[in-house]
Amino acid sequence: MEQDVNITIIDREGVSHSIEAPTDMAMNLMEVVRSYELAPEGTIGICGGMAMCASCQCYVLSDTALPEKQDDEEAMLSEAFFVKDNSRLGCQIQITPEMEGLKVQLAPAE
Amino acid sequence: MIKTDILIIGAGPTGLFTVFEAGLLKLKCHLIDALPQAGGQCTELYPKKPIYDIPAYPEILAGDLTLKLLEQCKQFEPGFTLGERAETIEKQEDGSFIVTTNKGTQHQAPVVAIAGGLGSFEPRKPLIDNIAHFEDKGVEYMIKDPEIYRDKKVVIAGGGDSALDWSIFLSDVASEVTLIHRRNEFRGHLDSVEKVQELKNQGKINLITPAEVVGILGHDKVQAVVVSQAAHIPKDFEVECDHFIPLFGLSPKLGPIANWGLEIEKNAIKVDNSLDYQTNIPGIFAIGDVNTYPGKLKLILCGFHEATLMCQSAYQIINPGKRYVLKYTTVAGVDGFDGTRKEAPKAVVKAFD
Repeated sequence: MEQDVNITIIDREGVSHSIEAPTDMAMNLMEVVRSYELAPEGTIGICGGMAMCASCQCYVLSDTALPEKQDDEEAMLSEAFFVKDNSRLGCQIQITPEMEGLKVQLAPAE
Repeated sequence: MIKTDILIIGAGPTGLFTVFEAGLLKLKCHLIDALPQAGGQCTELYPKKPIYDIPAYPEILAGDLTLKLLEQCKQFEPGFTLGERAETIEKQEDGSFIVTTNKGTQHQAPVVAIAGGLGSFEPRKPLIDNIAHFEDKGVEYMIKDPEIYRDKKVVIAGGGDSALDWSIFLSDVASEVTLIHRRNEFRGHLDSVEKVQELKNQGKINLITPAEVVGILGHDKVQAVVVSQAAHIPKDFEVECDHFIPLFGLSPKLGPIANWGLEIEKNAIKVDNSLDYQTNIPGIFAIGDVNTYPGKLKLILCGFHEATLMCQSAYQIINPGKRYVLKYTTVAGVDGFDGTRKEAPKAVVKAFD
């Protein structure tokens, strides 16, 4: 589909997946991971995407320009575990055409 | 021993609506929940957030939905065992089940309905190597009895409401309270943040930010924690204490239910969706977010539907062979177990003069 972007997601087992993510379905990165079942149900997106758990934490590996963190994402990451400088919450990253080539790695499950 | 008709595990929206549907069939319910209050995720995670897909409610706050469900089922007098987690289930010779909680409370019912959502909420434990060694020896993830901290030195870690509120509370009880958080900003209610600031200025709370507890010291019990505050002081330092209380919120875990011999798929309980949401163990049903079947959607409104059909099967199990016909509440009214009756007003027949 022409409105899809190509992104790479490394799952929690270290396996790399090259997938196409739609930009026209208001999907965020956490939802893309779930739709491709790259992490077991019940281990990702637990709060439903409200930045109230850190189950969709991922490390951004590419230098893709992403929207700035909002306060609630910043606050949640400050209480999450396994946090690194490139940590983001997948549920707060809406998939847009600018994300072509994005590469992320899922953080370990807590 | 608490005896009831339907024992519901989980007091979220699906569990609460089950009480109403069961009540219409004259079946009594008792609910167990690991959280100290009813409402499940709706009250624990997002009470102030709106939900837009509850039929007939264009918008309702999750906390208000819980209050409405409690009000709707009130006349069926549900029993509650709150703050306790369902731990074991044992089938009895008469076909009933005995469910025992982690605190030893026993419940007996012919039908068990698991409406456990994502599982029971357990405290998130920080990743400190030797923390397990100090559990109940000075490390507590939840404050149950504040009195044990009287005249003790306490270190609290976390940046949310519970960390702030307990720091405030314990500043009057403990001999010393230290609050450690990874950032300078806290995300609690504004007045809690201000109160902590005030207590800090008065020297009643020792605030260390941005910092992190990275180790625990002691032999048989906690004697100090190791604090890393790299941004300001390149070297880790120790804070002497009797108790270390990490308050990093709760996260749901399927927990002991996973060991009840139920068929589990994708962290959820497999059920028969062609009929009544029964599990592989007859008499045990799973409804709401906790179950899975082809095409499952984790929506509150789907949980309501599942609860309604489940109650029909529960009726058959509890009243074998007994006749039953569906009644509309508009026609039949609602007779509460508390003696109340709700009914549609009778139409008045009046002839023209």
